[in-house]
Amino acid sequence: MSSANWYKYSSPATFYSLAGRMIPWFYAAAAVLSVIGLYIGFVLAPTDFQQGESYRIIFIHVPASWMSMFIYVVMAVWAAFGLAFNTRLSFMMMSALAPTGAMLTFVALWTGALWGKPTWGAWWVWDARLTSELILFFLYIGFMALQAAIDDPRRADRAGALIALVGVINVPIIYFSVRWWNTLHQGASVSVNKAPSMATIMLTGMLVMAFAVWMYAIAAALSRARSIILERERNSQWVAQLLESKE
Amino acid sequence: MSTLQTVSALLRRELMLAMRRRGDVLTVLFFFVIVASLFPLGVGPDTQLLRLMGGGVVWVSALLAAMLSLGRLFANDHADGTLEQLILTPTPPVIWITGKILAHWMVSGVPLILVAPVLGIQFGLSNEALVVLMFSLLLGTPVLSLIGAVGAALTLGLRGGGVLVSLLVLPLYIPVLIFGAGAVDGAMSGLGAEAHLSLLGSVLILAFMLTPWAVSAALRISME
Amino acid sequence: MNWNSWSEFFHMGGYGLYVWGSYAVTFALIVGEVLLLRVRRKQALKMALRTVKYGKVENNEIAT
Repeated sequence: MSSANWYKYSSPATFYSLAGRMIPWFYAAAAVLSVIGLYIGFVLAPTDFQQGESYRIIFIHVPASWMSMFIYVVMAVWAAFGLAFNTRLSFMMMSALAPTGAMLTFVALWTGALWGKPTWGAWWVWDARLTSELILFFLYIGFMALQAAIDDPRRADRAGALIALVGVINVPIIYFSVRWWNTLHQGASVSVNKAPSMATIMLTGMLVMAFAVWMYAIAAALSRARSIILERERNSQWVAQLLESKE
Repeated sequence: MSTLQTVSALLRRELMLAMRRRGDVLTVLFFFVIVASLFPLGVGPDTQLLRLMGGGVVWVSALLAAMLSLGRLFANDHADGTLEQLILTPTPPVIWITGKILAHWMVSGVPLILVAPVLGIQFGLSNEALVVLMFSLLLGTPVLSLIGAVGAALTLGLRGGGVLVSLLVLPLYIPVLIFGAGAVDGAMSGLGAEAHLSLLGSVLILAFMLTPWAVSAALRISME
Repeated sequence: MNWNSWSEFFHMGGYGLYVWGSYAVTFALIVGEVLLLRVRRKQALKMALRTVKYGKVENNEIAT
């Protein structure tokens, strides 16, 4: 931290050092919270009467699907910020969040399938929530594919931001339409039993795990954003100063 | 020039261009017919099953065909510089963008609506369902052109733009597919199609109000 | 306490494969992402160092 004169340079420089100091804390918080959450989920929470032990999957499934949706919304917020105020950092955060969000969407789908097999008797059920999650996964993939296809960073930022905003406007419409479709075809599909009134201890476990995933997502996104900053700003003065001060 | 004159001049130009390139229009139309005809070959000729699937199959085929035609929307005008000229005109971009999308729909959407009943008959849809199918396509295909235009504008001039556009646009088409195919299903099962059609109508209004702005922003991003 | 022994814990009342399959894949994905982040960071630092030493480097010349 010898060169305090970074601060007069652009905000990515400030962000870079700040994020570097914050990342270990977020990783630590994620680790501690997941140990607590798993302890609640596996030791304190009792066996479910209907589902037996298989329900313990929800301690990862539900937090992952919550966060996968939340991250998409956060991405769209950064996108709106970036387009409105033309801040490079917002776009970088948006791009940094997408792979983590896609990964969590995949986790939600995977654990949903593994939970569905013993519970519904099928790996995959065209249930409204699972289907929406699958579509969310497609939206993440589309966003990342678009950004990857554009070489010019400025255009990649803006095009990605626009598709993220279009996506987030569509998500409620998609969710509504999928639910509507699902209720109409209920006769043909496996009846999805409603989650029995959740015991407080289970809810607590899920919430703690959700916070753990949240902290992890922040750490991963900050770390990725730092790499993006380095990649994009390696020609700038502050990167040179930073690297020289390290050596 | 008034707004109306601009739009009508643009429409005339687009339609004339489409007439000169009839092959493109026919390709999309035959693609639509071929895809829909593949399904019975894939799942077998069981009349009962085909009747159940008919609406959905025709709708999925329409989605794919509409997507296939998106490349034409801005690519040629981008290549020959027309798009830059249009951006420089004093007409607000939203106006001529709406005009272009409308023209695109007339060239690629309307033929699908006209051919759809023939495909519906292949699948054994009832007369009432055929009418509903056409009506749902009438409400739905403009949405496909509108949403597709956002994808086409964003991927303008990118390598692999065609595949990319499908990745971007197809997930956004899902509500149209659900309400469109649902309307036909409703007509077949006797539950009625009104609810689906009015939802499709509201999606159309929403898309009509919002997407031209998104396309305008996307074109600015891509042309910079 | 739900579990009388470790084997009972791993067995998960007959659902061991599903429960541990979920957690193992999640864990693997997270570890994989963290590793990928490290790789990306190292590459970015290497690139930045080269830029500082030898001047501007284009994107398509990323060091292997």
